[in-house]
Amino acid sequence: MLKKLRVALAVIFWVGITLLLLDFTGALHHYLGWMAKVQFLPAVLAVNVGVIVALALLTLIFGRVYCSVICPLGVFQDGISHIGTKKSKAQYKYKKELKWLRYGVWAVFVVVFILGIQAAVALLAPYSAYGRIVQNLFQPLYIWGNNALAWVTERIGTYTFYPQEVWLRSIPTFIIAVVTLVVIVVLSFKGGRTYCNSICPVGTTLSFLSRFSAFRPVIDTEKCKHCKACEHMCKAQCISISKEEQKIDYSRCVDCFNCIDSCKFGALKYRFAWGAAGKSAQNPSAEGRRAFIAGTALMAGTLAAKTASAQGKKTDGGLADILPKQAPERETPLTPPGSVSVKDFYRRCTACQLCVAECPNNVLRPSTDLEHIMQPEMSYEKGYCKADCTRCSEVCPTGAIRKITAQEKTQYHIGTAHVNRELCITETGTNCGKCAQMCPAGAILMVENGDMGNMRPTVSEEVCIGCGACEQYCPVRPISAITVNGKEVHV
Amino acid sequence: MKRRDFIKITGAAAAAAALPACGEKSTSAPVAEEEKMVLRENPNNSDKVSLLGFGCMRWPMIEKDGARVIDQEAVNEMVDYALAHGVNYFDTSPAYLMGQSEKAAGDALSRHPRESYYIATKLSNFGDRSTEASIQMYHDSFEQLHTDYFDYYLLHSIGRGGAKAFNQRYVENGMMDFLLKEKAAGRIRNLGFSFHGSQSDFDYLISLHDNGTYHWDFCQIEMNYVDWAHADGVRNCNANYLYAELEKRHIPIVIMEPLLGGRLANVPAEIARQMKEREPDKSIASWAFRFCGTYPGVMCALSGMTNMEPLKDNLNTFGHFKPLTEEELDFLERMATQMKEYPLVNCTDCKYCMPCPWGLDIPGTFQHYNKAITEGTYAQNKQQKHYHKLKNQYLMSYDKAVPSLRQADRCISCGECLPHCPQSIAIPRELRRIARYVEDLREDRL
Repeated sequence: MLKKLRVALAVIFWVGITLLLLDFTGALHHYLGWMAKVQFLPAVLAVNVGVIVALALLTLIFGRVYCSVICPLGVFQDGISHIGTKKSKAQYKYKKELKWLRYGVWAVFVVVFILGIQAAVALLAPYSAYGRIVQNLFQPLYIWGNNALAWVTERIGTYTFYPQEVWLRSIPTFIIAVVTLVVIVVLSFKGGRTYCNSICPVGTTLSFLSRFSAFRPVIDTEKCKHCKACEHMCKAQCISISKEEQKIDYSRCVDCFNCIDSCKFGALKYRFAWGAAGKSAQNPSAEGRRAFIAGTALMAGTLAAKTASAQGKKTDGGLADILPKQAPERETPLTPPGSVSVKDFYRRCTACQLCVAECPNNVLRPSTDLEHIMQPEMSYEKGYCKADCTRCSEVCPTGAIRKITAQEKTQYHIGTAHVNRELCITETGTNCGKCAQMCPAGAILMVENGDMGNMRPTVSEEVCIGCGACEQYCPVRPISAITVNGKEVHV
Repeated sequence: MKRRDFIKITGAAAAAAALPACGEKSTSAPVAEEEKMVLRENPNNSDKVSLLGFGCMRWPMIEKDGARVIDQEAVNEMVDYALAHGVNYFDTSPAYLMGQSEKAAGDALSRHPRESYYIATKLSNFGDRSTEASIQMYHDSFEQLHTDYFDYYLLHSIGRGGAKAFNQRYVENGMMDFLLKEKAAGRIRNLGFSFHGSQSDFDYLISLHDNGTYHWDFCQIEMNYVDWAHADGVRNCNANYLYAELEKRHIPIVIMEPLLGGRLANVPAEIARQMKEREPDKSIASWAFRFCGTYPGVMCALSGMTNMEPLKDNLNTFGHFKPLTEEELDFLERMATQMKEYPLVNCTDCKYCMPCPWGLDIPGTFQHYNKAITEGTYAQNKQQKHYHKLKNQYLMSYDKAVPSLRQADRCISCGECLPHCPQSIAIPRELRRIARYVEDLREDRL
């Protein structure tokens, strides 16, 4: 019964968050956005005290149900291990806690978190990992599916679906997403919750509370016949059954209740057991120091794996070639309206890719810059930041992009446009002014171009909001003659 | 000439065209008559020209080795079929189809006896108008068309810019003198011009004929039931004026754009309904061709046929030719008035504006827009029935017809295209209008 309830809730959460990450229409975040906001790390980054206290209480009362129900990566692993154990008919066996790894990673995580190295945080955090897997690997499939439906509906004349472009936003982030998925699948296929109990820093954090939780699965040693049915069912591999000892490591138990259903003798009950401290609780500090050093080395190696991302006779008819646009060098990166400053944005962002998945104008993409790898940045080769769109600010669960209205958006100056006179075609006497025509802020003034007899664009710096309409519509290619540089502070 | 006087002449001409007089209210089922192409005689030299001429500006293009080239096989097939069914006038230019039209016409036609067809080509010196380049262009046309004489040779698209433009392209560089010598030598049998411009531009060119400076053997004008009396009057001139002036001087008339680049083959549904009510089994296009053929001063009406279907349809129209009655002419005039109420762009897809230096597909954008207006499949406002469907349909078909980087919103208004448009369309302004419509549609602001 408890298991069924757990599975039902888990499926609801998992489907909800996955749809949220897949959705490109902007129709779902209104209903599902809260599911991202109750994730542990985003709540911490957003300093969302209500959610943090609620999650802590939840864990103190019921154990790590967060890991079994709310965490999408956890539920995803349950799905994989369900397939894995069915296929191989494997049974779980009690494994000792990998303390060195577990607390080592946790210590590293805490240090990088305090230092604000968000790229490293994003690499380990479960919600970020799941976000990048879905956005990079599953959203393209979702959109292709949509495009196939668009193809079909167009033919039957109903036009219900509208095709979208699929494009690779960042090669390094894509590679990291692939590696993350492979690691998760390999670990969970036969190993159940190995990742959650030896790597996941959120799991470890919650374990400090769950070992004191009020309700927990308890073995009635009188009734237990040492059949090991529960041990074989335990994905967390935290139940140890022998004649001498029957124990559960509550720091690792994720309260999936598989064991409860498995016991034929009614020896396992999920019940109130306040005060019976977990037997495996230990002081992790000693291992932590050593682990920190090893962990840092590991991380440095991973980050170094970042690959460079390169970014006579007049006749009638025919089409001139159009070169694809390339991103210009930007001294300061562009971060979305709603982020108060570049620093604040990168300090709070957990790189979950939700805003990237959401951006309807193809502006947001994961950075390839080593310092901010996987965290989003803006660029205008495929579109620009439209005045009435605030979708990234609505979905961001961490407060890196604050929720703003279209009205408030006009107060955010995320960057300033500059004209490169060497590239601008008005310097050769051609009539243009596309940038001025497209500018929604009226920040581009066309002025007399000396003796050339035409007009040339100039930028009114304080009026420019940095939306990139000018850069996107500039006819000069591959690098636009007018480009936007980011501003450190936006309001 | 008053139209009523004119109709009387038409009646006589129709009878002269050897058409079996059929009672209008005849109830007997039409017996399948033998197809017979109408021939019109050139009064100057007794050329028997088919009333349907083949315009070589819209031949099918295919992708070959990464380049757009004319589908020669399809051209050969159409030319053979047209010749076999009495079409004997072929009109091309060194500028058409990225410069490939003349050679394709020459390759197809030279497989037949030279005396079985008339060739019309042009001095299309739009770019380099120097004497050397113009003479080079003239000589190249012989080679491309595999011939040593032209039956009809045209000064390509003159009128706009008046005396000044005409003098620059043909007088100051000595080309008029040159061409007159060529005519005397027999290498040009008929010398004329194709016209786009205002009434005063035309008056100037015709005054040269009247005062004996030049003799125009023929003239090519844009004529159809919309342009007959609905030209804007500022940059373009009503065809009824041009026709009357030429007719008065017995100058044979060749007609271009009888279908306005296909727009008169696909008219708005309400207009189509009224046409089909009268002629349920005749194509919409047939009305436009019958309009041209009704006027006896017309020697030939050109149709830029892209494939066999319009060719067969036109052969049917001209093979069983039935001139329009006065009542039918009134009807077409009403249809033209109705058509002017639709926000169509006056583009005939001639592609003279192309290539746009910034990569836009100008005619593609206009064609797509016009098609949606004509077919009534454009979304007008959110309250409209099926708004969402029409919106997606428009946007999806737009993206398919014109890649997004070549669409209207990319126009920078540099104005390069403006002097090339024979219809004098304010291209950047029209593109801006369409761009605004599309943006409003995307953002649901309609």
